[in-house]
Amino acid sequence: MSDTHTPPIKVGLFVTCLADMFRPEVAFATVKLLEQAGFLVDVPKAQTCCGQPAFNSGDNESTRKIARQTIEAFDGYRYVIGPSGSCIGMLHHYPELFADDDPWKARAEDLKARAFEITSFLVDEVDFSGIQSDFKGKITYHDSCSGLRELGIKQQPRQLLSEIDGLELNEMQEAETCCGFGGTFCVKYADISNRMVSNKTGFAADSGADTLVGGDLGCLLNMAGKLKREGREMEVRHVVELLAGMTDSAAIGDADYDLGQEL
Amino acid sequence: MDIKSPEFKQSARIALQDANLQKALGNLKAGFPGKRAAAVARVPEFEELRDQAHDLKNHILEHLDLYLEEFEARVVENGGQVHWCSTSEDARQTILQICREQNAKTVTKGKSMVTEEINLNEFLEENDIRPVETDLGEYILQLRGDHPSHIIAPAIHLNLEDVSEAFHEHHKRPKSDDPAELMAEAREMLRKQFVAADVGITGANFLVAETGSTLIVTNEGNGDLTQTLPKTHIVVSSIEKVVPTLEDMSLFLRLLARSATGQEYSVYNTLSSGNRRPDDQDGPENFHVVLVDNGRSDMVGTQFQDMLRCIRCSACMNHCPVYGSVGGHSYGWVYPGPMGSVLTPQMIGIEKAGLLPNASTFCGKCEEVCPVRIPLPKLMRHWREKEYEKHLSPKAVRWGLSGWAFLATRPRLYRLFSSSASKVMRMLGGGKGKVTKLPLAAGWTDHRDMPTPTGKTFMQQWDERQKQEKQP
Repeated sequence: MSDTHTPPIKVGLFVTCLADMFRPEVAFATVKLLEQAGFLVDVPKAQTCCGQPAFNSGDNESTRKIARQTIEAFDGYRYVIGPSGSCIGMLHHYPELFADDDPWKARAEDLKARAFEITSFLVDEVDFSGIQSDFKGKITYHDSCSGLRELGIKQQPRQLLSEIDGLELNEMQEAETCCGFGGTFCVKYADISNRMVSNKTGFAADSGADTLVGGDLGCLLNMAGKLKREGREMEVRHVVELLAGMTDSAAIGDADYDLGQEL
Repeated sequence: MDIKSPEFKQSARIALQDANLQKALGNLKAGFPGKRAAAVARVPEFEELRDQAHDLKNHILEHLDLYLEEFEARVVENGGQVHWCSTSEDARQTILQICREQNAKTVTKGKSMVTEEINLNEFLEENDIRPVETDLGEYILQLRGDHPSHIIAPAIHLNLEDVSEAFHEHHKRPKSDDPAELMAEAREMLRKQFVAADVGITGANFLVAETGSTLIVTNEGNGDLTQTLPKTHIVVSSIEKVVPTLEDMSLFLRLLARSATGQEYSVYNTLSSGNRRPDDQDGPENFHVVLVDNGRSDMVGTQFQDMLRCIRCSACMNHCPVYGSVGGHSYGWVYPGPMGSVLTPQMIGIEKAGLLPNASTFCGKCEEVCPVRIPLPKLMRHWREKEYEKHLSPKAVRWGLSGWAFLATRPRLYRLFSSSASKVMRMLGGGKGKVTKLPLAAGWTDHRDMPTPTGKTFMQQWDERQKQEKQP
């Protein structure tokens, strides 16, 4: 932990269910960045998922339950930070779930005011410029929809990435077009989703980059899975992995680990 | 038009395999979005205009009855008639009666989606009245026995070869693949119809309350010939098209063409204000406005009211990655794309149209380009709520969802589940970082690999780390 003179501010990490299960490295990289920025990171145990699957399926009752749980879990943290524009965007939807005279509405508004996606937090809120990363390579950046259009995340990750000396950013065509993930959409409308992700991997490959980077694991799993199926060599990583200098581990879908140790 | 919205998924699958359609959709994607962006960039105050249009439309919707009655009063003053029709059937019968009074055999038509909505052409044919579409795209579709797949570019799903083929077959002329020649051919064929028509039917982009005028925008001028040459002009319009003043109309016109085709203005902006007056050179002797409600007034005051701001520019579908993949016919009814996914359930019922508001990743691009800032993803989500409330969503989805919600609201149990699920997926991955087949997720693995978890869950690893740190 840091040795600053004033006690560090405690932030609550919203892990996100995909990072928790599929790629813990993303959550650890987020922790590392927050610590580099001088914060003390705490991980409330009562968190699960942001509730988006229920919200987008029209199940508002379940969404409200999850929202109340998340609001309580993150009560008292100055900031709530997560490595996903989509999940943090969902936290920003919480106030819509409660009637004006419901006391939870004010609590939801309060959470919304404290909840930030990691790259926008580092740039817009704390003006962080201490990126330490020896990553080398040509990347291209996919702007995930919720982050881009609900939270205005566009230049923040690019600004932070520009601090990495060995990194070259080759923008792809249609970087802002949806990759076709869309949560349950990719399973319910598999054929359409497939067309959208094929368009996206094509553009990514055409950019000449060797690593595809983005800020949302749902999209990244989708695009990595498609790149693998297409037999393309491109690596896929979450932006925080590059920013935290944590790119030693295998890229998404590339993992090669020893099962024997654990199972 | 038959309702095929319940077959959206099958239609979409076929559309994705249709090389001809995909080529046509490629042209759409390469055209409209770029042109819109360029046109918008030339108007520094474009965002303010959107705000003004949003607010003005909301004001109109709050006073819809007032403005419609004022509009009617002015139309009557101008010598015309207004017919209030609450259903498609009312509208069809009203139009038929007017046609019969004129002993009409041939009716020319300007482009109108509302007449598609009320299924007018088939109805007129059944009653021995021949409708002739005069918009080039609509004309091509009529020859082919086809329907619009887009609200402003109805034949966008076709390629030049299709048009060439249709003209050759119906005009009995040598086959041409020169667009200018084809255009001239259509023009020649249509001239006769314009002159022969007993009644002209057009839609309306706006109804102006202060003057009792109706406005249509076109790029071909066919609307002008449709409404000025026949003795009788019928305007078929939905009720939310009314605006208070000509100046208000101008605000919407500044947004409409730019959002639609990227033009500053459409080529023809034509106002019709009642019957021909004694000194007029031309114009109809009888002027009728058929106001169609068809479920729209039911939307006022509900969570779907925002949809009534729509000015039918088509920007939402032009920018929609789903529409761009499957085209308009897949949606299975009159209005495709994001605006259609909100409007169609209102008009044909969520029971039949449920697949449409679900066919969105909520990427938000439609809302980003909507000139009147309709929150289309939010409205689609409201339909999903209705669907869920009415127990219309598939059982497997409901069960899956409630099982997941059960876990997600019990953090301790959730952690147990996620750590086991992670382990199972890692086993299935066999150390390769991905699986190519996953039970219960065929929709995913049919098309792509599934990256597997890279280790224990973060929560497990974080716990272990905290415990280690606590040990001396």
